[in-house]
Amino acid sequence: MNWQNILTVYLKELKDSLRDRRTLISMIVVPTLIMPVIMFGVGTIMTKIMKQAQSETVSVMVLGGADSPGVIAALQDDKKFRLLPAKADYRQLISEKKVRVAVEIPAGFEAALKSGSTQTVSLYYYEGELKSGFGVKAVQEFFTTLRDRTIELRLKEQGLPAAIIKPFVVRRQNVAPPEKVGGNAIGGFIPYLIIILCFTGAMYPAMDLTAGEKERGTMETLLCSPVHRINIVVGKFLMVLTASLTTVLLSIVSMGVSAAIGVMYFGGKATSPSATSAMAGQAAEGSSIPLIDPVGLIGVAALVLPVAVFFAAMLLAISLFAKSYKEAQSYVSPLIIVVIMPAVIGMLPGVELNAKLALVPILNLSLVCKEMLSGVWHWHYIALIFGSSCLYAAIALGFAVKMFNREDVMFRA
Amino acid sequence: MIEARNLTKTFKDKKRGVITAVNDVSFTCRPGQIYGLLGANGAGKTTTLRLLATLLQPTSGVARLAGFDAATEANQVRAHVGFLAASTALYGRLTAREMITYFGRLNGLADATIKERLNRLAAELDMRDFLDRRCEKFSTGMKQKTSIARTLIHDPAVMIFDEPTLGLDVMTARSIVKFVRDCRDRGKTVIYSTHVMSEVERICDIIGIIHDGRLVAEGTLAELRQRFGETDMEEIFIKAVGGEAALTAALKN
Repeated sequence: MNWQNILTVYLKELKDSLRDRRTLISMIVVPTLIMPVIMFGVGTIMTKIMKQAQSETVSVMVLGGADSPGVIAALQDDKKFRLLPAKADYRQLISEKKVRVAVEIPAGFEAALKSGSTQTVSLYYYEGELKSGFGVKAVQEFFTTLRDRTIELRLKEQGLPAAIIKPFVVRRQNVAPPEKVGGNAIGGFIPYLIIILCFTGAMYPAMDLTAGEKERGTMETLLCSPVHRINIVVGKFLMVLTASLTTVLLSIVSMGVSAAIGVMYFGGKATSPSATSAMAGQAAEGSSIPLIDPVGLIGVAALVLPVAVFFAAMLLAISLFAKSYKEAQSYVSPLIIVVIMPAVIGMLPGVELNAKLALVPILNLSLVCKEMLSGVWHWHYIALIFGSSCLYAAIALGFAVKMFNREDVMFRA
Repeated sequence: MIEARNLTKTFKDKKRGVITAVNDVSFTCRPGQIYGLLGANGAGKTTTLRLLATLLQPTSGVARLAGFDAATEANQVRAHVGFLAASTALYGRLTAREMITYFGRLNGLADATIKERLNRLAAELDMRDFLDRRCEKFSTGMKQKTSIARTLIHDPAVMIFDEPTLGLDVMTARSIVKFVRDCRDRGKTVIYSTHVMSEVERICDIIGIIHDGRLVAEGTLAELRQRFGETDMEEIFIKAVGGEAALTAALKN
């Protein structure tokens, strides 16, 4: 290895890549813009949709209840509801989202309330459909309130205190630190994004520096130079790594800045005492913009390094085999799915880090990032993951050098 | 000086099995001479030259260039060889100056030396107007001039040209031919492959006819004329490869 030659190759590739629009877009534009867009754009839209769905009047179809005018009138008076006349195909209408909820009031309902016998009110809704879900919740609340009021009346009639049906109160108290809440909420999502950006950031330069060069005929020119092949590979590899890390770094910085701005705009009412914990947890109520622990982000950046090396070397070796940029794309594009799969598994709730999973590339990064962003540092796992990732990276780099020395790969007819 | 001794190169092909692209080829090119390698498409010219340039490793046989063994001292050989082929392109996003400087550095030259040689080459090749423009916008002639400057920046003792006039217009082709002659006149060892008969007649001191991977005839133009009893290079070539039928059969493969 000759570092002077490696530097020469690296600097040339850097200059060349910075003049390539495709590389610039994947390396700089996408990571800088994607985080604010996801955090603010998607967050704001989600918040808006939720609020809108909640504030919209619920179309409720009333089935029966002709002998219970009081209940019907109360429903009608509630501004949340818009009552619809009964139709036989109410199930169909709910499925088609034309009606959100149907409520079936049994015959003699009001009379039964007075007499004291138990009645069943049936609510029909569409499970999993957001608006129907909100609707059924509102209708249920209405009937729960009605039931509570009926109980109160009955107790009063019997001359009993209200406390008789409330022997104790249950109160839930959250002990998880706010960053744990934020880390769990999007802790799986951030590593997922970083892994993909790490891969896509390396993808275009890797293809351009190998298959692209072959296609344009500059590879043969380069191979005519007296520089030892390993220096050429390492120079090119460093460029691909630079692109990958720049992509990740920019996305982390952009994420940090977005989070900080998120605190300023949305977290003004945040109750956390210190500056760092103010960055954490869910911001102001009603907002879906998640916040994360910045120290965790530094940990993520450190563990991404060997994975970026692995991606860069692997992509370099694979696209080197291709004769043209297009052929390289057809080899590399399906790999995105291979990379996304473990990243997605890591996002699933309940998949926890253990010694075996710590050896699975990509999945281990995804899992440990989730932990670190929640403020939990399993140092022995972190060491294991860093070590195994470095090993995989070294194997991939060795593979790339080997490919570069194979004339049947370099001069594939 | 180029000495090729029993050079053989075989490739494995899934459909056709083992292909012998270069078969037991031996020849010598001396400084101050242009050795012309004449052959039809697929005869083995490019493979032979790639073996010399150490881009490929021979299956058997030895090649020595400028005193270095192509198999064991590949980096030394490359440092003393300038290789110019239709397949050695320029970096489109670099300027001509950056391109040439890059190859100067890869050859281990100091920046001051590169600058001095670059200025001299730019003057000789009349490329000052486009030295700082990106290669992707160049005309074919400008590209060829830049490539020539690239091959000469480290002042190699041996020049290898693989069909350098392929697909060029008359004027550009003429300037290339003139440049190849200049290389010879400066005492460089030059090997030049082509399938254009007239080029061989005009510039080559020694002619080697390659057919189906074998060197089937070798000599000066006068010697070949005498041996085959023909004056026209094309007729000599057809006779050397064993008649039109043999040539057609080889091209079909």
